[in-house]
Amino acid sequence: MPDVVLQDVAKHYGPAVAVANMSLRIGDGELVALLGPSGCGKTTTLRMIGGFVETTSGCITVGGRDVTALPPNRRNMGFVFQNYALFPHMTVAQNVAFGLEMRGVNRSDTDRKVREALVRVRLAQYADRLPRQLSGGQQQRVALARALVIEPDVLLLDEPLSNLDASLRQEMKIEIRQLQQSLGLTTIFVTHDQDEAMSTADRMVLMYNGKVEQVGPPDEVYGAPRSVFAAGFLGIPNLLPGQMLPGQQGFRLEAGPVLRLSGQAAVAGRCFLALRPEVISIHAAPPSDAENCLAGRVEIMTYHGSAVEYQLRTDIGLTLTARAVAPGLGGPALLPEGSRAWLSWPATAGVTVSEN
Amino acid sequence: MRAGQSRSIRIGYTAFSMAVIGFIVLPLIFIVWMSFYSNKILSFPPEGYTLDWYRRAWALSDFRNGFFLSLRTSLIATVVALCLGLPASFALVRGRFWGRETVSTVLMSPMVVPGIVGGSALFVFFLEVEFLTGWRVAGTSLGLIVAHSLIALPWMIRLVTTSLISVNPSIEEAARSLGAAPLTVFFRITLPVIKPGLIAGSLFAFINSFIDLEKSIFLVGPDSTTLQIALINYLEWNFDSTIGAVATVQIALITVLLLITDRYAKLSRAF
Repeated sequence: MPDVVLQDVAKHYGPAVAVANMSLRIGDGELVALLGPSGCGKTTTLRMIGGFVETTSGCITVGGRDVTALPPNRRNMGFVFQNYALFPHMTVAQNVAFGLEMRGVNRSDTDRKVREALVRVRLAQYADRLPRQLSGGQQQRVALARALVIEPDVLLLDEPLSNLDASLRQEMKIEIRQLQQSLGLTTIFVTHDQDEAMSTADRMVLMYNGKVEQVGPPDEVYGAPRSVFAAGFLGIPNLLPGQMLPGQQGFRLEAGPVLRLSGQAAVAGRCFLALRPEVISIHAAPPSDAENCLAGRVEIMTYHGSAVEYQLRTDIGLTLTARAVAPGLGGPALLPEGSRAWLSWPATAGVTVSEN
Repeated sequence: MRAGQSRSIRIGYTAFSMAVIGFIVLPLIFIVWMSFYSNKILSFPPEGYTLDWYRRAWALSDFRNGFFLSLRTSLIATVVALCLGLPASFALVRGRFWGRETVSTVLMSPMVVPGIVGGSALFVFFLEVEFLTGWRVAGTSLGLIVAHSLIALPWMIRLVTTSLISVNPSIEEAARSLGAAPLTVFFRITLPVIKPGLIAGSLFAFINSFIDLEKSIFLVGPDSTTLQIALINYLEWNFDSTIGAVATVQIALITVLLLITDRYAKLSRAF
């Protein structure tokens, strides 16, 4: 499997910049998720790789071969569309066979490969159905089989799970990951759902306003978001504005108190302390040995089964979200809404992020 | 109380629907029925039944020639409308160019301009062409075909654009990514998917051209009249069941066309 290299790839629509000078290498057999809100340029990037959108500048190579000027039919890429895009007038088997037919594969090889591809996505018994006779999840698997049967150099997936319901999405997520792993496919996956990206990708590319915000393995990006946007988009609700104290290991909140903070690179000027809800502990009484502690009142308590999420209004005016293990699983007893509570976290827990 | 109310609404609705259907179907039934009367002059009640009117309709050269002229003209007009309408529909649906709305309105205008107006305008235009170039168009089959192509074109465009709009553009991209060149995508994917629209468009283009009277009346030559004009001419001096027989044959023809079309392309899917 070849790698994919984007070098200063940009797309402009008149004065509007959809993607600004993007450089990225997707390694051989790697699954990379392009993640970001709608309009961030992730789909445009994917469509440029697939050949459906012309690049304004820059160059795209696959395994060292420059494909920038090639039409989509000569790129040998498997593309799975958000709405599956099955050919409505062809049966499942005909859909899957189409790419082989275009490659002039002979009849018996085509039949065998189509059968194998359908077995791989567990749809062998549906070969003679029309797409409209299948459920959304089944259509999605046909689309996958159709894209994989041509043995593409690269697999491109455009929001492949967004039209499925929650349980099916979970199932397909695992299925796509397993297929990708077993075939060792270089894969690029576009999504707006950070959870989807984190649970499937080897690396995430977080995009915003046509630019790459941050690239890295999911745990690294989630653990150390580099900007307020990244932290917010990855679902870190606690962003406390303040300043790092010079020479000291501390963080002065704009709301007044100084927090203990260690192991952080210095950031000059106004910045934010990002605290994941999991690192904050909640107590019904003031803790004795906490490095950082804020008191407040429980505003909202949300029970999630295995975890409980508390939203607290602290006495200094900040609203913080803490996530505790459910009481039955060793967590603290439930604190009802309106009750007084104390939040604590270690000095090593927070991450400072710059304003933009 | 509420159950009774919804029941009476349902009965009222059914009755209304039946009345509408009856209003549409009854005249047709009467025409068919009347074509078998043996009365010499069309009157009620029937004195007996006969097939003579069908024999007579076929024996009258005006009707026989008119039928074949109409058939030929409408078939050619449908083919012309297909050749012009298919690319036009693509341009209107897929193209993003200045004046697209205007072009669309102009192409649909033969549908909204009264036939008499359109027909007389064409007639005057043809006369001016003849005056300027010496080339005779009015009263020739070319003039008639031009007029009927104008009748057929809006129907073709309306139905083809409707089905083209509903095509998911991703399926064409999917075909491209699977290795198909643009022309292959068109013939293997796009064309088969819009086939119901093409068939329905051709059918309605053909029927509306075939039944046209107003536009044609200005443009036919002295010895070549379409079937509908032959009917009007006949009615001027005769009032017998021959017209019922001719009408019945037309109703049968159109019904058969609709049934065949529906068999191969579900018409309900084209709208």
